[in-house]
Amino acid sequence: MAAEQTYPDDLLYHDEHDWARLEGEEGTFGITWFAQDSLGEVVFFDPPEVGTTISKDQPYAEVESVKAVSDVVAPMSGEIVAVNEALGDEPAAVNDDPYGEGWMVRVRLTDPTERDQLLDARAYEKLVQES
Amino acid sequence: MTAAATDTLRRTPLHDRHAAAGARLVPFAGWEMPVQYPPGIKAEHLEVRRNAGLFDVSHMGQVETSGPDAEPFLQHVLSNDVTKLREGGAQYSVLCREDGGVLDDLFTYRLEDGRFLTVTNAANHERDHLWMAGHAEGYDVTVRDAADDYAMLALQGPCAPEILAAHLGDGEAPARMRTARARVAGVECLVCGTGYTGEGGAELLCAHEDAPALWDALTASGAAPTGLAARDTLRLEVCFHLYGNDLSEDRTPIEAGLGWAVKLDTDFVGAEALRAAGEPADRLVPFAFTGPGIPRQGNPILVEGKPVGLVTSGTLSPCLGIGIGMGYVPAAAASPGTPVEIDVRGRRRTAEVREKPLYRKEQ
Repeated sequence: MAAEQTYPDDLLYHDEHDWARLEGEEGTFGITWFAQDSLGEVVFFDPPEVGTTISKDQPYAEVESVKAVSDVVAPMSGEIVAVNEALGDEPAAVNDDPYGEGWMVRVRLTDPTERDQLLDARAYEKLVQES
Repeated sequence: MTAAATDTLRRTPLHDRHAAAGARLVPFAGWEMPVQYPPGIKAEHLEVRRNAGLFDVSHMGQVETSGPDAEPFLQHVLSNDVTKLREGGAQYSVLCREDGGVLDDLFTYRLEDGRFLTVTNAANHERDHLWMAGHAEGYDVTVRDAADDYAMLALQGPCAPEILAAHLGDGEAPARMRTARARVAGVECLVCGTGYTGEGGAELLCAHEDAPALWDALTASGAAPTGLAARDTLRLEVCFHLYGNDLSEDRTPIEAGLGWAVKLDTDFVGAEALRAAGEPADRLVPFAFTGPGIPRQGNPILVEGKPVGLVTSGTLSPCLGIGIGMGYVPAAAASPGTPVEIDVRGRRRTAEVREKPLYRKEQ
């Protein structure tokens, strides 16, 4: 079953509906509850390759429902050090557990100060409610 | 979506039912229609394949043709042989321009008293009606826009006949490609043994004010509300054409593989151009991915690395679990088994041309 609408306090948010969990020099990225709800059941995730360099505000992957394709935008810049291979078999984990099993990539951050441009949970939730 | 845009959309008599069921309502051909319900496209699709689904297709239009020349008139405008259509029968055909381009694909039912009812696609309804009325000169017929007379529900799935029978009382359900007047759950209906999913069942036409009672009775019996998105994936699995995707004014019915519904010897409007055109250069073919990815409308199709056509419909097949679609390719590449590639936003995905239908129920 789909997850309840939540925006955890320990994450940072990009206004294109992506989240980042920062741990030292690395960050884990995924899409928010709002993004997965808008998209519908995720049936295909095409991950980028480990080693790929990604840039803040630029798409780094695609996520697809039966009806639609959506770009996944990088909340921060860096080099991909891991991708969630499990989404290949279970893409709906993005719907069931968007902030846990539905994570998409882990990235070695090239500019940790970019975090200052992201939103906290409260600001992001406000943005979602106004959209 | 702006409030102004929503205000201009038409609503079916079942709008309240959709809203109450939590449907996602979207603009479609000038109507506000349920694209999906809370279970989601995939679950709705599988429910129709396994049990039964109920669709509100009240946005579809109807044109009623009556009068002494109704049959010769329809023979003149429709591609199929209307003289073969007996009372209580249903027939598929296309409406062609003089040059053979397809204006719409249609089901025509022959009713009592020499009247015919032709069901149009919502987006084409007004054009179809004007086209038909505009070709009526010299025929003693009345061509009437009857879209406001009918709400239309489609009950589809392996359990659909059972659900329908339970509400028919003493009445009998029409066979496939047949139609009958009957009371369903107390509602006066034109019951048609047709559909757009590849499953058994019926399409039910009734008065607007009766539609909610009919909807309530059928859903209470286990038919799951199913949105237009699942209707699209269901029809694509069995390779039924969607006008605007797989059919257009730029393509002939022969290219589209609808030669079986085109009887050139009836000399309908467009027949001469189709005869003169001979064997078409392109063919509409179904294809399935042999690896990962999902094809989408507009993706280029490549044969031996060269772009040869475009995907007209594409999705992930909920039943097969792979990307499937249809598109136009040169006749030389139209044989089942031909390897092709689909350029999905810059990534080449492997696929092969398949036979129709892409999905077949296990025997």
